[in-house]
Amino acid sequence: MRAPTEGSAALATDTAMADRLRRRRFRHPTEAVIKALLTASGFVSLAATALILLVLFEGTLTFFQDVPLADFFLQTRWQPLFEPVSFGIWELVAGTANVVLWSLVVAVPFGLGAAIYLSEYANPSVRRVLKPLLEALAGVPTVVYAYFALTFITLDVLRPLLGDNISIFNSLGASIVMAVMILPTIASISEDAMTNVPRELREGAYALGATRLEVALRIVVPAALSGIIASILLAIARVVGETMIVAVAAGSTPNLTLSPLESIQTMTGYMLQIGLGDAERGTIKYESLFAVGAMLFMLTLVFNLGAHLFVRRFQERYE
Amino acid sequence: MTAVRPEAPGSDRYQGARERSRRNTLSAASRWFFLTAAALALLVLAVLAYDTISQGAGRLNLQFFTSYPSRFADQAGLRSSLIGSGWVLALTVVMAVPIAVGTAIWIEEFAPDNWFLTVIKLNLANLAGVPSIIYGVLGLAVFVRFAGMGPSILAGSLTLALMILPMTVIAAQEAIRQVPSGIRDGALALGATRWQAVRGQILPVALPGIVTGVILAIARAAGETASLIMIGAFTFIAFDNSRITDDFTTLPIQIYNWTTRPQEAFRANAAAAIIVLMVIVLAFNLIATIVRNRFRRFR
Repeated sequence: MRAPTEGSAALATDTAMADRLRRRRFRHPTEAVIKALLTASGFVSLAATALILLVLFEGTLTFFQDVPLADFFLQTRWQPLFEPVSFGIWELVAGTANVVLWSLVVAVPFGLGAAIYLSEYANPSVRRVLKPLLEALAGVPTVVYAYFALTFITLDVLRPLLGDNISIFNSLGASIVMAVMILPTIASISEDAMTNVPRELREGAYALGATRLEVALRIVVPAALSGIIASILLAIARVVGETMIVAVAAGSTPNLTLSPLESIQTMTGYMLQIGLGDAERGTIKYESLFAVGAMLFMLTLVFNLGAHLFVRRFQERYE
Repeated sequence: MTAVRPEAPGSDRYQGARERSRRNTLSAASRWFFLTAAALALLVLAVLAYDTISQGAGRLNLQFFTSYPSRFADQAGLRSSLIGSGWVLALTVVMAVPIAVGTAIWIEEFAPDNWFLTVIKLNLANLAGVPSIIYGVLGLAVFVRFAGMGPSILAGSLTLALMILPMTVIAAQEAIRQVPSGIRDGALALGATRWQAVRGQILPVALPGIVTGVILAIARAAGETASLIMIGAFTFIAFDNSRITDDFTTLPIQIYNWTTRPQEAFRANAAAAIIVLMVIVLAFNLIATIVRNRFRRFR
């Protein structure tokens, strides 16, 4: 931009130049076409969200024309497949909560332990090997974990150990394997947060005579807390949405319990059960899929959004 | 700690030394405790690998790859599920990758920075967290039922394409963002249009990162089970797929099928199929790592 003192001649040149520049955008006709194509592809993800919302909303609406809203939220029995039918969502929510609870009981101590080790103890060469190996756990297909939960953890370990106190299909086997699945999520994101804690905080504590353990637990963990919480929220979202492990190993008995020894059914487990049979369109079984799906969608959305908020908080603080 | 007595063993100095040594011992011990936590998950992975291989290796012969599913465990094989997986994955990639890369280019290079872009980005982040079974419900309602595709290869691929779209976009965005801005600015300063800069300068540099992201997304799709069962791919297929309108089944679905059979003999089949699936998934991951390390020009 030129200063206005240089006179009107310069201004005229600027206008001409601006004109030429504006025209230059159309020098290549392909440019406009490509830009339009790219913009269109940007809209596909919006369309996907819109479709998900539309499908869930429409199906849920149809469901609630047959089942009163109050029954869904106020009754406790989920018994859609045989008479007398009952559609209280809480048994399925309890099933999901059950698996969330027990998988966190296992995964949080070990995940945070692994994160602390990687961030505060490991030397760089160990870290370079260990971290990708841990993250590889997240790449194992869940149907493989499902097989492992049922055949190895439950049949080869838990049943011989606990006998008939634990049913063949149980929450514990599924939760233990689920914990292995979410461990990399917790360890990796927490470790990132811990590595982001400024060096000066650590060195200040060391200078005052703190040991490595004290620095880790009293300085680094509190300073990285929002990242740690974010990692746990993300892990919860993954457990809530995970289907194969619970469908194979946790059973298909809706059950209002937090006991790890009993057979249960989660929201996702029920949805897969309907998917396995061929529920005719228009039947109440088919419509219930959408109501449970909507509930599942909202739950995972809440946990994912929560994680985003916490992630942003720790990024703002230290970057 | 609290006792303050003048005599030697209980003196402040004595107590202080003991306290320090206790804290140091605790700290030294904690290293092994945390290492155990980190190593335990890998131990589980090792047990999983050992258990699967010892159960399934005996079933890995040529007949296992060339046979259709069967109700007799020792005659059943992976033929139709391998072919089905191949079809679905190929079609998924063809549909998802151009749109994903296009979206990433648009977001990083073309889109005006306003509230709408924020919405698009937030939406992508949330889509990446939507459980796969929800994509299955979407596929069932929209592709299978509403569009009348039935539980076909096409419906399955469309479902998986939508599922891997967000993660592929995010990976491609990362790759494009890592291109040094000097390259872009240089091209633009020399008079290149936006697209010329993207095609000639930015994409070639970002390509390894994009390819890595795409391969990881394929690995994820290769192991995907729930959404495909949801759209109705849990079926008995005893023919070779040849059209995108065919019914199909995939490798993970076959594993699920054999895992849930009550007969012990099918456990070996499930384990053998898991070995095959893990080899495929690990191969994808390995290729992704190699691409990332070999071809990354700028860091």
